[in-house]
Amino acid sequence: MAEFAIKAERRWLVMSRDLAASRAQLAVLLFVAVFLMAFLVVPLLRVIIVAFTGPEGGFSLVHFGDFFRTALLREAFWNSLYVAAMTVVLASLIAVPLAVILARFRFRGAALIHTLGVIPLVMPPFVGAVAMQLIWGRNGSINLLLNDAFGIRIPFMEGLNGVIFVEALHYFPFILLNLAAALSNIDSAMEESAQNLGARGFALFSRIVFPLALPGYVAGAALVFVKVFDDLATPLLLNVTNMLAPQAYLKITSVGITDPMGYVISVIMIVCSLGAMLLAALLLKGRDFATQQRGGGGLSRRRLGPWGTRLATIFVVLTLAVVLSPHIGILLLSIATVWSFAVLPDAYTFAHYVTVYREAGPLIANTVLYCGLAALIDVVLGAMLAYVVLRSRLPGRRLVEQVAMSAVAVPGLVLGIGLLRTYYDFRLPFSGESLGTFWGMLVIAYAVRRLPYALSAATAALQQLHVSLEEAAENLGAGKLGVLRRIVVPLMAGGLLAGFVTSFATAAVELSATLLLVARAPDAPLSYGIYVYMQSAAGRGPGAALGVIAVVIVAVATYFAYRLAERERGRKSRELF
Amino acid sequence: MPGVRIVHVSFRYDDTPVLEDIDLSVEKGEFFAFLGPSGSGKTTLLRLIAGFGVPTAGRILIGERDVTALPPWSRNVGMVFQSYALWPHMTVAKNVAFGLERRHLPRAEIAARVRDALALVGLAELAERRPAQLSGGQQQRVALARTLVIEPDVLLLDEPLSNLDAKLRGEMRAELKALQRKLGITAIYVTHDQEEANAIADRMAVLDAGRIQQVGAPAELYDRPANRFVATFLGTANLIEGRIADGCFIAEEFALKGIDGPAGPACIAIRPQDISIGREPATVGAVVTEREFLGGIIRYRTRTRNRDIIVDVAHRRDAEHYNVGAAVGLAIDPRRVAVLHE
Repeated sequence: MAEFAIKAERRWLVMSRDLAASRAQLAVLLFVAVFLMAFLVVPLLRVIIVAFTGPEGGFSLVHFGDFFRTALLREAFWNSLYVAAMTVVLASLIAVPLAVILARFRFRGAALIHTLGVIPLVMPPFVGAVAMQLIWGRNGSINLLLNDAFGIRIPFMEGLNGVIFVEALHYFPFILLNLAAALSNIDSAMEESAQNLGARGFALFSRIVFPLALPGYVAGAALVFVKVFDDLATPLLLNVTNMLAPQAYLKITSVGITDPMGYVISVIMIVCSLGAMLLAALLLKGRDFATQQRGGGGLSRRRLGPWGTRLATIFVVLTLAVVLSPHIGILLLSIATVWSFAVLPDAYTFAHYVTVYREAGPLIANTVLYCGLAALIDVVLGAMLAYVVLRSRLPGRRLVEQVAMSAVAVPGLVLGIGLLRTYYDFRLPFSGESLGTFWGMLVIAYAVRRLPYALSAATAALQQLHVSLEEAAENLGAGKLGVLRRIVVPLMAGGLLAGFVTSFATAAVELSATLLLVARAPDAPLSYGIYVYMQSAAGRGPGAALGVIAVVIVAVATYFAYRLAERERGRKSRELF
Repeated sequence: MPGVRIVHVSFRYDDTPVLEDIDLSVEKGEFFAFLGPSGSGKTTLLRLIAGFGVPTAGRILIGERDVTALPPWSRNVGMVFQSYALWPHMTVAKNVAFGLERRHLPRAEIAARVRDALALVGLAELAERRPAQLSGGQQQRVALARTLVIEPDVLLLDEPLSNLDAKLRGEMRAELKALQRKLGITAIYVTHDQEEANAIADRMAVLDAGRIQQVGAPAELYDRPANRFVATFLGTANLIEGRIADGCFIAEEFALKGIDGPAGPACIAIRPQDISIGREPATVGAVVTEREFLGGIIRYRTRTRNRDIIVDVAHRRDAEHYNVGAAVGLAIDPRRVAVLHE
């Protein structure tokens, strides 16, 4: 009897302790789930529901019928597919040779290739788009030179070509980084065993190396396809409107928020993005080769012959020049008096910087405020969710994590439309302003779309933190909260800070959702300002100056994120010894 | 089946000497082992035979054929990698067929030989599986079949059992040996595990710091180690410094008659089980400082006036034990002493 009582009491103790621990965790999980529900799931569902609702209410495919009956929209659909696919092709032409040089050969310019992989990413494609017109356009520097020398012009920037060119220059690093990683993850024994059995040269490459690296390539290519397919800002700035994203934007902003076509286009964009990702996932099914190889050491790097070195150098330098052209162009444009029908600007001035100095203050302040708040939300939500996912057994925690991660696949434009539609009719107290166009909604849009970055950073930081560190603190008398405050958060700080900076830097140059959600000029952030300036010929100079400021902000932030990550890695590896 | 001759081979990697003047013959049909600690150069030597790297000096011959300058793909040397290196994107059958396809054999013959090779290692029914669906032991067998199917002149095995658990390792070792006997193939086996080398090899070369320390049959090396490294790497040995004069080894606290060797300073090695321990005074007196019961044997650590000596005694239920602190006499049989060459 006494024994039974002791057992029952012990069971009760264990249960109540677990409950106390999980009650706090449950609250955290619920909080994150509600946030995602309100600002990701419901807005997306709203978009889908509107797209499938007929004029008299009820389920209907009539709008989709309209979509495919309209010649302009059909054209936009094919154009978007064409641009995304061709961007993948062009980006591959740049990235594949670079990745092969990097991973397979001893090449002294390897650091240059690494730099090449980062440079494009610090400048969003829309910032450089106008400068690209001035360099590569019909009357741009390159074509003027070509025309003088050979009497020819190459339509680099005509219509869809321009979008493909600008996007490929921006997004090829995704393929480069993924493919180079896949190539260098191949265990050298994979190659050597094939040589041992008699394979060499092309047979070795096509039968062994290429199939093993394919998953990396496909992952990068799918990402590029989706990003380009969803991009709104680049086509808009290049005045290309016969694509899906610009059409959706124009329908919503010119016809109105009630026009169903914007929603139909949104649904089609989501379906295509998901389709591309699904296709990639199917291709990659059961091919996660990296995890199936033991040992490692990577492929052996061969020496390049003198001709090989020359060819590689020429290719890398040329690519670098082309990849840098938007950066150089925007810099020149920002200090040019007049730059039109000329290889280089007529004269140089700092007047544009003076102009934007007077006006840019509020824009920069808004960007810092919005992106800072969004990054803060991301870090807090990311850390909380990572903790619950890794350290609790609550049901549904994986689902919430997946929902949060899925935000990376939601086009900014679609999220913007969804948020606007969902919260347009809510009025703020006192001012009576619409919640949909309140600047706080911009913060939330940024936060939702960047949450995956912060969540991955927090998850990585927490995974490296061995549970025994927490258990040791508990063993010495610290409660769950004390452990969190004294052990977990300080040790995760570096990773969280890196997540903060990444969220901040990418949000600072976001334009798709921004274009939809900014209602009044005083609320506009930097990216919006660049867009507005770039619309007029007179505004290009100041727009470029703003662009340079944005690039500097992003570059500095990216650099700090990189340094933080490096320092974290250094500290982690020191702890091992 | 040709043998392998390694003629005065040296190898440097970025100016760091890895192998120095390796001179070695592996007889045809022999099961040979390269044994040494990590960093001894044993794997590098194996890779040179396979063609992964070119010696800085010296030549490598397979039978009468000088292969020193041949690339890996034209050597017809089969290598089983430590990681198995099975290609994850191909089925088991495709993996095994790969080498035959490169040799442009007719498709029917390839199919037949793949079947035979898989049957040889007992995996006939797993031909359509992917490597990731196999256990470690099965992967090992596929790697072996993939190498044997091309009928290589020499079979090279780079620590092939190191990724298996202890029980499986013993089984595979026996199987490997039986297979090699059956095929009569010349095999070279790289390992850092002396027990594995002892069990599997007809002869072996002990390597350290890029040099061959000694070559011979396993028991021969164990009984007559040439130097300190071999003596201590192959099991436990008591090393005793002293000098030899008139067929007599003289240490500080004792002398031993009947030792052959050049006169002058010398070092002898004696195995713990070759020393007998008793109550009576013998070669040298000592005190027991530690006693370890290891199952089949009892290991005594004893202290003479000048040094520690380890003595192993076979354990029997009724055997006499010596407690820590007991004064004992150690008897050393001069016929079981190895004089080391320094």
